[in-house]
Amino acid sequence: MKFTLSWLNDHLETDASFAEIAATLTNIGLEVEEVVDPAEALAPFRVARVLTAEKHPQADKLQVLTVDAGDGAVQVVCGAPNARAGMLGVFGPPGAYIPGSDLTLKVAAIRGVESRGMMCSARELQLGEDHSGIVELPGDAPVGTAYTDYAGLGDPVFDVNVTPNRQDCMGVRGIARDLAAARLGTLNQQTFEPVQGRFDNPVPIRVEEDSGCAAFAGRLIRGVRNGPSPDWLQQRLKAVGLRPISALVDVTNFFSVDQARPLHVYDAAKLQGGIVARLGHGGERFLALNDKEYTTAADDCVIGDDSGAIGLGGVIGGEGTGVDEQTSDVLLECAWFLPERIAATGRRHQIVTDARARFERGVDPLALEAMVEAATRMILDLCGGEPSTVTLARSEEWPRAVRPRFVPFRRERVKSLAGIDVPPAEQEDILSRLGFRVQPDGVVPPGWRSDIDGEADLVEEVARIHGYDKVPATPLERAPGVARATATRAQLVERRLRRTAASRGLNEAVTWSFISEQEAAVFGGGEWQLANPISEDLKIMRPSLLPGLLAAARRNLDRGAASVRLFEVGRRYLGDAEHSTLSLILAGQSRARHWQTGKARPVDAFDAKAEAMALLEAAGAPVANLQVFPDAGPTWHPGRSARLGLGPKTIVASFGELHPGLRKRLNAPAGAVAAEIFLDAIPAPRSAERARQAFTPPFLQAVTRDFAFLVPEGLAADALARAMRGANKAAITSVRLFDRFDTADGLSLAFEVTLQPVEKSFTDEQIADVSHRIVAAAEKLGARLRG
Amino acid sequence: MAADQTTLDAIAGAGDLAALDAVRVRLLGKSGEVTAKLKSVGSMDADTRAAEAPKIHALREQVTAAIAERKAALEDDELERKLATERIDLSLPVPEARQGSVHPVSQVMDELAEIFADLGFSVAEGPEIESQWYNFTALNMPENHPARAMQDTFYLEPREGETEARVLRTHTSPVQIRTMERTPPPIRIIAPGRVYRSDSDATHTPMFHQIEGLVIDRNITLGHLKWTLETFLKAFFERDDVAMRMRPSYFPFTEPSAEVDVGYSIEKGRRVVGGQQGWMEVLGSGMVHPRVLANCGLDPDEWQGFAFGTGVDRLAMLKYGMDDLRAFFDGDIRWLKHYGFRALDVPTLSGGVGA
Repeated sequence: MKFTLSWLNDHLETDASFAEIAATLTNIGLEVEEVVDPAEALAPFRVARVLTAEKHPQADKLQVLTVDAGDGAVQVVCGAPNARAGMLGVFGPPGAYIPGSDLTLKVAAIRGVESRGMMCSARELQLGEDHSGIVELPGDAPVGTAYTDYAGLGDPVFDVNVTPNRQDCMGVRGIARDLAAARLGTLNQQTFEPVQGRFDNPVPIRVEEDSGCAAFAGRLIRGVRNGPSPDWLQQRLKAVGLRPISALVDVTNFFSVDQARPLHVYDAAKLQGGIVARLGHGGERFLALNDKEYTTAADDCVIGDDSGAIGLGGVIGGEGTGVDEQTSDVLLECAWFLPERIAATGRRHQIVTDARARFERGVDPLALEAMVEAATRMILDLCGGEPSTVTLARSEEWPRAVRPRFVPFRRERVKSLAGIDVPPAEQEDILSRLGFRVQPDGVVPPGWRSDIDGEADLVEEVARIHGYDKVPATPLERAPGVARATATRAQLVERRLRRTAASRGLNEAVTWSFISEQEAAVFGGGEWQLANPISEDLKIMRPSLLPGLLAAARRNLDRGAASVRLFEVGRRYLGDAEHSTLSLILAGQSRARHWQTGKARPVDAFDAKAEAMALLEAAGAPVANLQVFPDAGPTWHPGRSARLGLGPKTIVASFGELHPGLRKRLNAPAGAVAAEIFLDAIPAPRSAERARQAFTPPFLQAVTRDFAFLVPEGLAADALARAMRGANKAAITSVRLFDRFDTADGLSLAFEVTLQPVEKSFTDEQIADVSHRIVAAAEKLGARLRG
Repeated sequence: MAADQTTLDAIAGAGDLAALDAVRVRLLGKSGEVTAKLKSVGSMDADTRAAEAPKIHALREQVTAAIAERKAALEDDELERKLATERIDLSLPVPEARQGSVHPVSQVMDELAEIFADLGFSVAEGPEIESQWYNFTALNMPENHPARAMQDTFYLEPREGETEARVLRTHTSPVQIRTMERTPPPIRIIAPGRVYRSDSDATHTPMFHQIEGLVIDRNITLGHLKWTLETFLKAFFERDDVAMRMRPSYFPFTEPSAEVDVGYSIEKGRRVVGGQQGWMEVLGSGMVHPRVLANCGLDPDEWQGFAFGTGVDRLAMLKYGMDDLRAFFDGDIRWLKHYGFRALDVPTLSGGVGA
């Protein structure tokens, strides 16, 4: 909402500076986004007379002027064709900033002649588009005065961010009222004398029930002249960013800004028959004032005449019945629409107008008649003409709209809700100044405050005018002792995983939760699709974190990264729920070339496994019991990927090399490996006890024995190790594969088995017995002890 | 009997361990000179033995000691020579440790959790795909409420059997509702997480992070809100000169409502929190609207409280000096390494919540 200081002063008598006004507005909840003071930018410029004008000795198109800006003659080089002796113009001295050219003037020699300032064009001062010559002022302009004073430019423009509840402050009047309530000045009395109708309104006006229009006041004014509006009105509208159109239209815009009261004017000659406010007939079309065609919907409030729709009530008028220079009979509309209906229509057709913005927030219904009279008066003043009587068509909604509302209000709630002590008398004074009718146990809000519907609203009114700065900071009660731990297990697991991953040289990324349809399709398709995505790339809620990470890895490799190690903790959006997941991707080199280790080594599935195991360990998963199930699924390399789980139904992770096909389908980096940890699948530890189980380190030394087996093709090393371990669970504490190579007779796997005696050292017989059982267990799987 | 100079010279003159061993054999070997003298003791008469034996033993000890001393010296020399050949270039580089990092958003969320834990707040969570009830209606934003249009909402295609489209939550406020529904007051929670708005330009991304705070009790006022936010801002920005002001504002789910500005100053050309050269908006807040309480089954005459919300990414930018929000979601490892945090930069109250 934009307005100027002088416009505000129409409503508010105040000595406050514009800076004070701006600060107060922000303090009472009308946040000032910007105050532009045009006088400030143009302060150095003064009215000056050109004393002499001679041709520049070195340049045909330049003149050398002497100029008097009140301090005697100054020499200026000027290129304007209209510069001549005796004329008055606008002079900028050295040091002045020329906004239209974005330069600061200096004393300079132009083609060998010194120039001490500049005579300016309108465009250079950003006061218009004209750059054909320098500004010419009338002969009586006082030489030496500040140009902004002379031209009346010293009118600061405020831009206030009006919150959606404050319809009244979409008008200057409402802002003035709030400022007056904050004791920054006195609100002027505003009275609207009725204008006597000279004849009966000949235009029939009808409002249908449930049309969305509750009241429609109309009046014909005949014999008007609709030329340009006067300068004062044009200047005001321009200052707040509105384009002057014609006197009649400008009057409606004036009331929209001045009183937050939208009006509409029809050229009566273009109307066919009477006016009706009704529901849309499906499919009817009309051309609106914004030159777009709209098709009305069955629950739009439509303004129609015998020809059909001529406007969307309270949102936008029709081109065909608009006023123009030829208009001589004008029908003035002052109506009231149900806010939620305006909002729905505006949103449906995506029409943003000042009228919609005001009606959907609730225009003051009680001011309807007064506004008709005020607007009539201004039309008569500006355009002449003869007014008819006023026709007021109403629906059954109208009595409810204008019925006074009582809102209960306990004065002590200001203290108990806002925490401020404001004496009841002061509270009542604030509310009265805001227009509320104060009663002992409540208030009746004014017509322009439809946002007030409860006690809490009134507490806010008192608190904001009294000042939020007076709210005392009050400490929250603190529980005795030190702060209690609050994190849940899932939260702790996420925190630990994140830092474990970082400690292992992985970089945490945050990628979009939405991916493209193509990416989602590769990962089995997404259950959730955006109806209004901002781009096709961000359309499906991801069923996997990998597409986002793959794209990020690709970008990094394209930027020249030799190695990419990214992880993300986030959700997968599946049909049943959102699943917390940690995914990681490794691409490029696992190990850079190095003088000790030789050539660079690319990442492989075991790199992914190492990360997966470390992270599962950090997450508290029972790592020792996890089984490896080959082939993690269609997006993975079938022979170089696996799932990890406590069983085939309790999978906690997938890892391995991604399917080479992803390279073609998603431009995934070649050879990329990945892991996914399904955080919500990891079982909680059985005990949350702090104390560990009792333990004493065994005093006897452990014994190790090595076993090498020739194994049949396809036997998983892990299965063999488990079988060996199972040979004597009490004695064997670990089975560790330490060597693996191909022989002529097949694959050889060598294990180091650790045996831990408990009470007595093992006898040779005992060790021989365990060894025998280990070999037997291995043989069951088809392994043969190597000789 | 003392060793003669020739013997001692022979020991001292042994040039290496082999020569020394030859001298040892010549003196102390089976048929060595000193051994012969020792053997001769047996054939001496008692008097001579009493006189000579100690001398002969002393000789042997002297010789043995001299040999041992020479041996140690020779060994030292040999080690010196060997070490002289064992030089390596320790300026050679070791394999580089990989520099992992925690994303600034995660770090800041951990910081917030730590600060608010000290004030008795726990961390609550909720779904990102929300019903319109939780995202809007329960928060006093009925259909056609202008505030619904204010937030650029992402809608999801309804799934089979669904009559109403779900939305991507536009704020973390639905977690307020979910918490109040299932937790009897008093309540103190924060709810950080991803939120979505269909907005994308230099300063907006369609996905970003918010944190919500909620306190419900019997006697909570706007004054508690003010104290909580002041306390939080000072702790988070780790400066005592953090200035804060509350401005009246409007949110459908709070009444009275306040926007919260924090004072900034310009240091080295950069806007930093602290001082009062200017104000910038950092938080939205207010007293939970009575209708919101009622929507959650709480009696507004018995329970009241405050709620606040702010952008986590924005807090990170203000504290750690990033200037481009879009970079947060690009996954550029150069950016992640520069602006990210080390694994052990865990925020703690004793060690400081910043890193």
